[in-house]
Amino acid sequence: MTSRRQLQMIGLAASIVALVVLSVIPHLTSATDTQRWAQALYIGMAAMGLNILTGYNGQVSIGHGAFFGLGAYTTALLMHQHGWQFLPTLLVSAPLCFVVGVLIGFPALRVKGLYLALVTLGLAVLFPDLTKHYVHVTGGTNLVALNRTELEPPQWVPTWLSAIGRDDQWAYYVTFALTVVLVIATYLMVRSRFGRALIAVRDHEAAAETVGINAARIKVLAFGLSALYAGLAGSCSVLVDHLANADKVQTFQLSIKFLVAVVIGGAATVIGPLIGAGIVVGLQWFISEVLPRHLGSIGILKRTLGNPAASPAIFGILLILFVFVMPDGIVGGLRRFWARLMSGRSGAPPPTPAPLTT
Amino acid sequence: MSLFLTQLMNGIGNGAIYASLALALVLIYRTTGILNFAQGEMALYSTYLFWYFTDRGLPVIVAILLTVVLSFIGGAVIERVVIRPVEKSSPLVLVIVTIGMFLALNSIVQVQFGSDIKTNLPRAYPRHVWRPGDVQISTDTLVLVGVLILECLVLYLLFQHTKLGLAFRAVSSNPESSRLAGVPAGRMLMLGWALAAALGALAGCLIIPTLGLQASSMQSILVFSFAAAALGGFDSPVGAVVGGLIVGVAQSLTTQYIKSLSDIVLVVPFALILIVLMVRPQGLFGSRRVERV
Repeated sequence: MTSRRQLQMIGLAASIVALVVLSVIPHLTSATDTQRWAQALYIGMAAMGLNILTGYNGQVSIGHGAFFGLGAYTTALLMHQHGWQFLPTLLVSAPLCFVVGVLIGFPALRVKGLYLALVTLGLAVLFPDLTKHYVHVTGGTNLVALNRTELEPPQWVPTWLSAIGRDDQWAYYVTFALTVVLVIATYLMVRSRFGRALIAVRDHEAAAETVGINAARIKVLAFGLSALYAGLAGSCSVLVDHLANADKVQTFQLSIKFLVAVVIGGAATVIGPLIGAGIVVGLQWFISEVLPRHLGSIGILKRTLGNPAASPAIFGILLILFVFVMPDGIVGGLRRFWARLMSGRSGAPPPTPAPLTT
Repeated sequence: MSLFLTQLMNGIGNGAIYASLALALVLIYRTTGILNFAQGEMALYSTYLFWYFTDRGLPVIVAILLTVVLSFIGGAVIERVVIRPVEKSSPLVLVIVTIGMFLALNSIVQVQFGSDIKTNLPRAYPRHVWRPGDVQISTDTLVLVGVLILECLVLYLLFQHTKLGLAFRAVSSNPESSRLAGVPAGRMLMLGWALAAALGALAGCLIIPTLGLQASSMQSILVFSFAAAALGGFDSPVGAVVGGLIVGVAQSLTTQYIKSLSDIVLVVPFALILIVLMVRPQGLFGSRRVERV
């Protein structure tokens, strides 16, 4: 069996295990933990979308928190002000985010690399101001909070999906189901003609155009699709967190989280961003809640590491160390590890790329 | 008219700060090809040092000099320790590293110096407002513009008229060839970061006493400096200065004249960037890259 084939089998087995574990989680953990898992899933959804744009198509965006926010506000306002059920709101928020993404993708055609990163950063910075300007539900702020009855699952949902008093389970399963759908969609997409075109445009735009790929169309579509994923993630976040909120800090932090999830999970891999999102959420929980509890008696450690203000520092430093060790993310790192293991067993020397110039 | 001129002057004063930071961004971009998201937080850390020194009773000028020197060293150390290991990695990894530094520095200052707002920062010069005609010009504007001119002069002399500057320019235009020609490329990269950190430190020490010092002080300034650098072109120092002034003036005129936009001031610089980049994707003064197939 070739190593590629083995890798696929391992991937399949791991996916099945992950599916099973993820589908029983809400029945094993507390409501808070279920919520945290659901948060990891929706961050993963948005990161998968960003990965289409950044990983497969090579356009860096630090502004996807804005699309996430757009999806969240669409869903929250439809539910809160117009009494919609959750699921129908997706039919509005997904196309809306796609269209807005495409509209923003057009100017992005002219702007490349770091300039694009900056323009999208502008998006993340502006969006909160815009919502503050135009969204007035709770007087003065742009927060839209939903109450319990608005968040109740529809009648047809079987009770084991939403045990009484556990509406978090309904939120979790909706997010989980959408994540699975998006994973399959991404898998099929990157193996399609469109997916290969994405990669071709990333690797060499001019060369891709000479073989008949319409680079502009591909890039704009990539923008729209990634915005759609982020918007769906935002919609789910309303169900999970019971609110839509886009203050500056939050929108910026989310945008960063998506990018971090893509990079540490593995850019241009289907499942990487999801794993990355799990790591980001898990790490933040560990740093802000677990770590301080175990630093109890050691004075100086408690004063520094136990300080809530210190958790971004720990996170930032771990992040830097992580990309030092695995610049191509978890999935990329595992693939390299596996390749070395295989080549070691068959006695062949590990494939080292020959340096052309020094 | 006098109101317009007053706002214009204020804008130029703010613009000088954006220009200083944009210059720092350009220095780093030209040497290491990185967009340094941590530039503002590096300056923030420096400003906290400045506060610490003055709080311990050092005279203001001494504190500023000490801060700038320490920041210069700190910038070099950051390049050597944090950036060098990932120098050859994909731009995405570099973005992540600078974002990691951004998060880390921002929270380190809060742990080290406390997260309360420091209001007792001494000013390096007395505050005074002149009124020639009806126009108001404050010392802030004059000092900030003066310092900017001084910075430009020093950088110009350094890069165009010294051997060190020649080596620096060689490395930023072609690192491989200059390495082969015996230029210590690594040290030049460290110099780029060191200079950027020093520029940021100076800007922080001068502007923060009027704004108040807290962990978020530098963030909006950094966003405007990004706008300035993008407007002028990331590889152009002249562009950084012009971009900074344009963004500063645009910001202060918007706040004055377009009331409906007064709470979304950021719309203006970003609308500006977008328009300029649509026409000139490399910025106003940036150089165009030719791509070969």
